[in-house]
Amino acid sequence: MLNKTGIPTAEDVKKVSPSEDRLKEGPVAIIECFQEIPCNPCTEACKQGAIQPMKNINSLPKLDFDRCNGCGVCLSRCPGLAIFIVDASYSDTEAVVRIPFEYLPVPQVGDKVVGLNRAGEELGFFEVIKVQSGGNKNKTYTLWMVVPTDLAMDVRSIRLGGVRHAS
Amino acid sequence: MPKVKDIEILVVGGGPAGLSAASAAANLGAGVLVLERDGKPGGQLVKQTHKFFGSKKQYAGDRGYQIGNLLIEQCENNPCVEVWTDTTALGIYEDGVVTAEGQGKHLKINPKKVIVATGASEKMIAFPNNDLPGIYGAGAVQTLMNVHGIVPGHRVLMIGAGNIGLIVSYQLMQAGVEIAAIIEAAPTIGGYLVHASKIRRAGVPILTSHTISEAYGQESVEGAIICKLDENWKPILGSEQDLKVDVICLAVGLSPLTELCFQADCQMKYVPELSGHVPIRNEYLETTRPGLYVAGDVSGVEEASSAMVEGRLAGINAAYSLGYGEDVAPKLQAEALVELSELRAGPAGQKTMRGIMNLMDKGGAVC
Repeated sequence: MLNKTGIPTAEDVKKVSPSEDRLKEGPVAIIECFQEIPCNPCTEACKQGAIQPMKNINSLPKLDFDRCNGCGVCLSRCPGLAIFIVDASYSDTEAVVRIPFEYLPVPQVGDKVVGLNRAGEELGFFEVIKVQSGGNKNKTYTLWMVVPTDLAMDVRSIRLGGVRHAS
Repeated sequence: MPKVKDIEILVVGGGPAGLSAASAAANLGAGVLVLERDGKPGGQLVKQTHKFFGSKKQYAGDRGYQIGNLLIEQCENNPCVEVWTDTTALGIYEDGVVTAEGQGKHLKINPKKVIVATGASEKMIAFPNNDLPGIYGAGAVQTLMNVHGIVPGHRVLMIGAGNIGLIVSYQLMQAGVEIAAIIEAAPTIGGYLVHASKIRRAGVPILTSHTISEAYGQESVEGAIICKLDENWKPILGSEQDLKVDVICLAVGLSPLTELCFQADCQMKYVPELSGHVPIRNEYLETTRPGLYVAGDVSGVEEASSAMVEGRLAGINAAYSLGYGEDVAPKLQAEALVELSELRAGPAGQKTMRGIMNLMDKGGAVC
């Protein structure tokens, strides 16, 4: 149970996941926000009109997967660091997962990092192919990692404490 | 300086509520003096490195310290606001005079209206050896790290999975400190689940229905024994675990800092949902002592976003009662009230809503 462990269940994740077909079409946001709290910056961040205006500020965000182009602006704006971008069109066997990142050191392009799932369990070494800075004010980095397609909906964090290089 | 400082509105406390109150009142033309105990205004905002929730109106998406700087700037740029730092309010007298200590001097202030925005203080819990060096309140850990740049230790046991426990754990991890576990006596996580999830996926266990049985160590903390609780919150024998940690951080709740309200003879009421004794006040935050308003955690422990709106509301009302902003004040009041009810409308605000209902219920026992 999410409210006992902090780990969203498979059912929770399913509710906010696009179809397999949509995932294969290209980058799309996965908004892992499961609790009604007073918060709406994602709705204002989205310039595609994909995150619909909320009925009230406590409503859960609603994403129109077909309108979402995976630009990632909402990812860097979400105060809860609860938005990820998955691009399963990267190659036949691999997907790109973008995660918000606010720790030091910030990995560099080309680094292999240890990817973790929602429970913090290790899933393997994955290459960082892009690092976007959120800028001076926002400060949240976006890390782009290449992962096997079947792990695209599982990799959500990386092991902290520096980069472990594969030997 | 004259023996007694005359001022239209005195704000006690320069945190999110107090600074918002000061600039709202000054924007309508009132003269405001803010007393701040610390060397710098901003209250707890100066230590908050995470992005805030809420909406644009409460600066959502900005980090707490950025919002603090913004509020400080708003006050600095307003010639009607004066801020006295390193100044602690000491008492409030029957004739309305407020006394304070600042720069080693005993100061007297004669305000027409007072807004008490003193915030809250941290609670403590009882367990063997809870006085060992290495046991901190979460506020102290934040001050050490985020104000002075000092990490408190290497490996931390966090007690409490409310928003403060979760956020301070995250900040510790950002500073490179390991969190052995976050334990919470309640069966569920009290803070926002997005905070919990981001910590959990970085590998930190969050153990609900767990408490600390004891701390141990010779000169300072060397470890803690934690145990599981059954559904009646009784320790389960044999469930003990030994965690080697050099820091135990307590984030077990806050109590409104209401001494001035008690002293001012405001009618007080114990409201558990608001975290303790709070002054009875009307919708516009005026207490039973006419001309004395409250805003922020002192009127019931809540989030900084609502503290800022409450501050604004109290500031507008204090200025309005002095004859300022007659054309715009009613509209501004209505806007602030709408913002507050929006913020509290969801499940996360239900406890506060119940608390305020309980507080407004005149039938209850008061002291």
